[in-house]
Amino acid sequence: MAVLNEEQSMLRDAAKSWTQEKSPVTAFRKMRDSGVDIGYDAKAWNEMAEMGWAGVIIPEEYGGSAFGYLSMGLILEELGRTLTASPLIASGVGAASALALGGSDAQKSEWLPKIADGSVVGALAVDEGAHHAPEKVALAATKSGAGYSLSGTKTFVIEGLAANLLVVSARTSGAPGDKDGITLFLVPADAKGVSRKRLALADSRGAANITFDKVEVGADAILGAADKGWEVLEKTLDRVRAALAAEMLGAANQAFETTLDYLKVRVQFGQVIGSFQALQHRAAKMFTDLELARSAVEAALQAIDADSPDVPELVSLSKAKMGDVFHLVSNEMVQMHGGIGMTDAHDSGFYLKRARAAEAAFGSQSYHRDRYARINGY
Amino acid sequence: MADFGGGDPEAFRKEVREWVEANFPAELKGRPNPMMREERAKPSEAQEAWRKAVGSKGWGTPTWPKQYGGGGLSSAEARVIQQEFGRAGAYNPIGGMGVMMFGPTLLEYGTEDQKLEHIPLICRGDVQWCQGFSEPGAGSDLAALQTRAEDKGDHFLINGQKIWTSGAQYADWCFCLVRTDTSKKHEGISFVLFSMHQPGVEVRPIKLIAGSSPFCETFFTDARAEKKNLVGPLNGGWTIAKRLLQHERGGLSGAGGGGGMGGRSLVDLAREYVGVDDQGRIADPDLRTRVVQHEIEGRSFQQTAVRAMLESKGNSGPSAATSIMKNAGTSWMQLRHELTLEIMGHQGLGWEGDAFKPEELGAVRGWLGGKAFTIYGGSQEVQSNIISKRILGLPDLTQHN
Ligand SMILES: Cc1cc2nc3c(=O)[nH]c(=O)nc-3n(C[C@H](O)[C@H](O)[C@H](O)COP(=O)(O)OP(=O)(O)OC[C@H]3O[C@@H](n4cnc5c(N)ncnc54)[C@H](O)[C@@H]3O)c2cc1C
Ligand SMILES: Cc1cc2nc3c(=O)[nH]c(=O)nc-3n(C[C@H](O)[C@H](O)[C@H](O)COP(=O)(O)OP(=O)(O)OC[C@H]3O[C@@H](n4cnc5c(N)ncnc54)[C@H](O)[C@@H]3O)c2cc1C
Repeated sequence: MAVLNEEQSMLRDAAKSWTQEKSPVTAFRKMRDSGVDIGYDAKAWNEMAEMGWAGVIIPEEYGGSAFGYLSMGLILEELGRTLTASPLIASGVGAASALALGGSDAQKSEWLPKIADGSVVGALAVDEGAHHAPEKVALAATKSGAGYSLSGTKTFVIEGLAANLLVVSARTSGAPGDKDGITLFLVPADAKGVSRKRLALADSRGAANITFDKVEVGADAILGAADKGWEVLEKTLDRVRAALAAEMLGAANQAFETTLDYLKVRVQFGQVIGSFQALQHRAAKMFTDLELARSAVEAALQAIDADSPDVPELVSLSKAKMGDVFHLVSNEMVQMHGGIGMTDAHDSGFYLKRARAAEAAFGSQSYHRDRYARINGY
Repeated sequence: MADFGGGDPEAFRKEVREWVEANFPAELKGRPNPMMREERAKPSEAQEAWRKAVGSKGWGTPTWPKQYGGGGLSSAEARVIQQEFGRAGAYNPIGGMGVMMFGPTLLEYGTEDQKLEHIPLICRGDVQWCQGFSEPGAGSDLAALQTRAEDKGDHFLINGQKIWTSGAQYADWCFCLVRTDTSKKHEGISFVLFSMHQPGVEVRPIKLIAGSSPFCETFFTDARAEKKNLVGPLNGGWTIAKRLLQHERGGLSGAGGGGGMGGRSLVDLAREYVGVDDQGRIADPDLRTRVVQHEIEGRSFQQTAVRAMLESKGNSGPSAATSIMKNAGTSWMQLRHELTLEIMGHQGLGWEGDAFKPEELGAVRGWLGGKAFTIYGGSQEVQSNIISKRILGLPDLTQHN
């Protein structure tokens, strides 16, 4: 574990005790069974916001605490352990980072305090196909009067149904695949012409496909500069990927610990199954991988806090490594529990489903291995 | 393949083809086998008619002896039936655990009376069977089972609990392992049959991670099994159970070659969801390598299946290759599910709703359900232990208590 300062230790301890007491996995199960369409418990989100978690990366002048990304990661790791669903990543990292990195003073003053206190939920509307491909933007923003008119569809917008504010990547010039010609817009989710379709996902989290039909926005809706949105978008995405990796780290560690506990109590052939070396070595392998993944995740978050030039490389490294490890651990969780792991009443399935959704979101292992290679010119 | 019993293979093919044409209800063409669904609806009239037609011919169990209701045919003739059904878009309506594992075991170990009583009903698909083996405390260590059977003269009184009993809620009969001697472990187990339609049997469906409830907790409170339905000697059930498990395992690995998966090839799916580069290659090179690796595994699995079949037909006895089929086949299928999901990307994460194609939703449910392949029928680990102990001759340090 990274060496923490006093603030960070306190934040982590607060997150640990809140999730254990207020938001154990049974709370996630309850949320899923209730069929709530936004994919999280609004009351729990209010409590998180009251504790200031939505503002952890937001500058103090805009109502945040500016503790930084490693601190945010510590919270997300604890939330990940109990699979707590919330818009913290989409809003408190995604929308907040986009505004902090690219927003004008007016935009920041308007939105960041509300994001920090949880009264506004922001989301990133980026992808348009079955796979994460942020440069493949086709959604068109054409000049219309003094402003722009947006038409097109965004898919798999995480927290897209709950969001009040959408950060939308649109094409103002060039062709899908070009990094130039992408412009970011701030679009209120209730703007005329925005329609949302809830996605019922295997991991029961909130997401939507969003269609923009001639949505009129003013020129002041542009986040950053027209045609030059890519840099802010990529930096924002890297922050979201690192944050997601931190959540995955917590979930994978909990999946592992739950499995380890089971290996110590389940008896077959007159001995605990954890006494079989066939399982011991796989447990040791998972533990090894989890330690490696922790280093990768923490390094990426620390690089973001230090505004280091190797952020993209370290983020892709961490998302690829973390994805592989969560994939492995979630599969082993089911396998090592035997029949009980296949039942809905057990938690194994939740971790398995969450693992695949988190792996696919904001770039799969394949995507990030490839990106890492490109960054390094391999 | 000179095993057409002296008959003419082409004449037999013609006979099957004409029979299928005359008997297979057109409305069922290309429809999936209702038996393969995890949660069963009441069969339609056409489905019932087709089951009865095939069942009365014995063609659902073509190689089983004619005197017990089977087809009495050679394996070459059975293949012709399979091919002709396939050609007509027809499924084999006779199946389930009775066909897959219990029937073959009873044919080997049952008395003449037992075979005459139970096998014809399986061949006609009139009776569905479930497998009462696993218990909460006896999974991989199956011989630790504790469900008691007390000798009451002409019958046994059964008390205890089974778990993971697939299809128990639809089953008419259960083949069950019970303890008839508590002083010994393996040698205190008996193999009995009894009706599920009796007051002492209660089933509680268990929901799976894939959302369906194909199996149950099964409770026996003074349930009754007639003495005539003891298979094999008293306390001699373990040998029979192991034989049955071999049939189960064989059935599970059989699908590994890709047959059981149906659907499109991974390469086709990747072309659609991931796209191709200017030379027609799958656009994601990392994925492309793994898809090819998987295909190579699948091809060598199929080649092994063929080799094992040829070797066991020769005079060298069962091929050592058969021992690896379950683990090789089930890992291959699981990886196929994983790759399918990965290829579909965001579209491979849906649970329900019209934002996803049925094929996409099916991929997710199939992926989840497929996680059981390496758990049931002897887990991956138990199979590896069997290979290590029985084939490789490595010592077993597991305590036998
Ligand atoms: C979908 C499904 C359908 C089923 N249908 C039926 C049915 O119809 N009838 C029936 O009787 N049963 C059925 N089963 C039960 C199945 O046979 C058992 O789940 C299986 O035998 C494993 O037992 P268990 O679940 O108790 O796991 P456990 O035996 O507790 O195993 C837990 C883990 O420990 C591992 N392990 C155990 N022993 C060893 C060892 N010596 N060395 C290394 N690793 C070991 C296992 O491989 C597994 O990974 C079904 C199971 C499933 C999932
Ligand atoms: C779902 C499932 C599928 C299976 N499929 C197969 C299969 O296809 N083929 C197969 O061979 N096995 C199969 N098995 C059985 C499996 O081999 C055993 O469960 C496993 O190897 C664990 O060993 P065991 O102690 O139960 O029995 P085994 O290791 O098989 O030992 C049983 C034999 O050892 C003797 N034995 C055991 N304990 C003692 C003792 N204390 N003193 C003296 N003798 C003793 C018994 O007399 C018996 O003959 C399957 C099991 C399960 C749960």
